[in-house]
Amino acid sequence: MKDIVISVRNLTKKFGSFTAVDNVSFDVRRGEIFGFLGANGAGKTTAMRMLCGLSYPTSGSGSVAGYDIISQSEEIKRHIGYMSQKFSLYNDLTVWENIDLFAGIYGLGRADTKERAVKLLRRLNFEQERDTLVGSLPLGWKQKLAFAIATIHNPEVVFLDEPTGGVDPITRRQFWELIYEATERGTTIFVTTHYMDEAEYCSRVSIMVDGEVRALDTPAHLKQQFAASSMDEVFRTLARGATRGE
Amino acid sequence: MNAIEVRKISKSYGKLKAVNEVSLEVQEGELFGLIGPDGAGKTTLFRLLATLIAPDSGSASLAGYDIVKEYHAIRSCVGYMPGRFSLYPDLTVEENLNFFAALFNVTVEESYDLVAPIYKQIEPFRERRAGKLSGGMKQKLALSCALIHRPKVLFLDEPTTGVDAVSRKEFWDMLQRLKEKGITILVSTPYMDEASRCDRIALCNEGRILGIDTPTGIVNGFRSPLYGIKAKNMFALLEEARKARGVEDCYPFGESHHLVADSEFNLDNFKKDFDGFEGFFIEPVEPTIEDMFIKLMKQ
Repeated sequence: MKDIVISVRNLTKKFGSFTAVDNVSFDVRRGEIFGFLGANGAGKTTAMRMLCGLSYPTSGSGSVAGYDIISQSEEIKRHIGYMSQKFSLYNDLTVWENIDLFAGIYGLGRADTKERAVKLLRRLNFEQERDTLVGSLPLGWKQKLAFAIATIHNPEVVFLDEPTGGVDPITRRQFWELIYEATERGTTIFVTTHYMDEAEYCSRVSIMVDGEVRALDTPAHLKQQFAASSMDEVFRTLARGATRGE
Repeated sequence: MNAIEVRKISKSYGKLKAVNEVSLEVQEGELFGLIGPDGAGKTTLFRLLATLIAPDSGSASLAGYDIVKEYHAIRSCVGYMPGRFSLYPDLTVEENLNFFAALFNVTVEESYDLVAPIYKQIEPFRERRAGKLSGGMKQKLALSCALIHRPKVLFLDEPTTGVDAVSRKEFWDMLQRLKEKGITILVSTPYMDEASRCDRIALCNEGRILGIDTPTGIVNGFRSPLYGIKAKNMFALLEEARKARGVEDCYPFGESHHLVADSEFNLDNFKKDFDGFEGFFIEPVEPTIEDMFIKLMKQ
């Protein structure tokens, strides 16, 4: 189906006798902002690594952007974008060098890179900053640039890891506007975070507890279902039942 | 006497004014929050007050002692938990605690009643090296070490960053209990939703303080009418709403956008104009700390 961008069935990952991800199934639709939540140790990172083609499941199956997570993991890496608040760009490289580097990593050719880089700089109004060191840019600019670079190869899915932690409220909103804009163009966004106010921006949210997906719905429905006033409350109700820690 | 008094204190690193003429007072026994994003100057302020660096100008005192002239006296009455885990990773839990007790010339027994509610949760792992603890356990150990000499004032620099929602709530509950024991607490966080757990807060941004008040007082300072708006196409809604008459500001706010109205705003007209948006919905909403923060940043 063309409108399902991520699909996993009975995804399981065991490390020895420990089941980090336990029989997880879900679909993510094109253009969705999909929130992937869970307490520390719930299995989020393990699950996300499998979706990004960085590790193989013990059992179960899945596809991301049309590629099989077991037999086509290299293809997946080329067809997704990734951005984290903790690390996204090299501070001691210039704007241009960062674009060039990541475009190369994503497998774009020379000519293609140059063309897209010029467009990217124009779209962000960054043309004067092409030779500026990224480390000297204001945080908000860095983030916009990081997001633009994570999507330079027109990926179908972008994985965001706690994208707006520690960012001021105005910059944070500019960032969500970029995300809304990208989803308008049909890009699918997969966000992992443990900040529940980020979860409120998502079209749908899944919550992992002890390796299993315990809830999956729109934030509005989840709040209704758990008679909660915020996603924070929903999360706490579910995660309190966790039997394993970090 | 105020537990902390800060008067027009400044500290620059090269051209960067990390802390820029900041003044604040924290009363004894108060739980005071520094709320602001990365780069607001929160850590620099902690380092100044903990006497680890000296200010370029201005002054401050803690428990009546001047942070420059009487830094020695301050060090024994302050407990400081930095944002980065700063205990010895190759010492065990117990060794770390004993080490910090020895540094401050106290015994663990003398302070056990104070640290026990926290330390008991990690005591089963007392022979484990600190570097091998989980994030939540490291934090409890760091807090135990910061309390071992019964400080009058406790500094906590972003204790809940990177911590999940359940552990965050437990941590704030724990601070509440410490406050009840009479310890003055200065705590920083980039998360606006934690502000309501403090007695008073200072909103900080780029080295300056935008406002100081109780969380309720801050929110009450937001005088413009505020609405939440939704539609199926949130991005188009945002762009249109910004152009509409009587809209001072409009920004994403989770499931809905927040719309700040000015005196020219007319709800009935707005509803009529936006009726064409599929799934359009508008309702008045209560402002939050974050709404006020945005407003103050734009002033």
